[in-house]
Amino acid sequence: MTMVTQDASQALNVKDIVKKATELNDFGHLLAHVPYAKFIGMQVARFGDELVFQLPKKDENIGNPTLPAIHGGVIAGFMEMSAIVQLMVFMQTTKVPKIVDFSIDYLRAGHHRDSFAECKITRQGRRVANVNINCWQTNRKALIATARAHFLIE
Amino acid sequence: MKTNPDFFPLTDLATRFVGQLVQCRRLGLSVLEASEQHVLIELPYSSELIGYPDTGVIHGGVITTLMDTACGTAVVCNIFDKYKSLELSPTLDLRVDYMKPAEPNKSVYGFAECYKLSSSVAFTRAIAYQDSIDDPIAHAVGSFMRISPEMVGDAFRQALMGKGE
Repeated sequence: MTMVTQDASQALNVKDIVKKATELNDFGHLLAHVPYAKFIGMQVARFGDELVFQLPKKDENIGNPTLPAIHGGVIAGFMEMSAIVQLMVFMQTTKVPKIVDFSIDYLRAGHHRDSFAECKITRQGRRVANVNINCWQTNRKALIATARAHFLIE
Repeated sequence: MKTNPDFFPLTDLATRFVGQLVQCRRLGLSVLEASEQHVLIELPYSSELIGYPDTGVIHGGVITTLMDTACGTAVVCNIFDKYKSLELSPTLDLRVDYMKPAEPNKSVYGFAECYKLSSSVAFTRAIAYQDSIDDPIAHAVGSFMRISPEMVGDAFRQALMGKGE
């Protein structure tokens, strides 16, 4: 595990990785460099100019086992990581954006099934970016959570 | 760390609650202390949780999970102390401010308190730190919806109460 991390750290040049992902049209390439993205099992797909993030159903992501429901923290982590990738791809950052604050509203229970997220960069300043993230399961109009976050860029 | 059960009488209840949550077991969260006033939870470092590969710093989402769990546990403990009943409160909202990155290869501690319990909402706050609570990594505020104790399933209730209580 440590070996993998060291390899990743030596190779980590965000701009090159984004460039390569764009060439391959495979943004999962970006996620492969982040152990936490693998830990929760998230994926990403590109539709034209849009990125849609996916968190496939995974037993380990459950919080309360009696419902069962996805742990709220996992949903938040998934949405935060989605925002980070969105920023790296659309703002061509040279580093991984650093989280400053994250505020999430839970609208419905996140059931034990696939979840999806999309992001909107509301404002990009010179040092800080504001991103809105929406998360849903079966119906894009029935959001399970909505969040906004600030990131430091460069 | 050894805790005195006279000081922190709800540690066992909180431990059983966190142990029920699959993701928390996977993260290796452990309850160090719990009382009607507070909850203290330890998150061990793991290279699986890295969010910033160039530095080895863990992902913000892991801190959010720690905060959500600590605050939720504080609500369970506070309600149990006040009403001697079990309620499972879903998170309504949570805001986390990140002061500085967590140092790699060290545990992160989450200290949470439920500072106000109203009839339908529980209000909480939490701090995440490593060396000292006065030098925080992150600060969080969260509110939780209160739902009736009948909504807690029998299996879950038994798992939380443990044997002989």
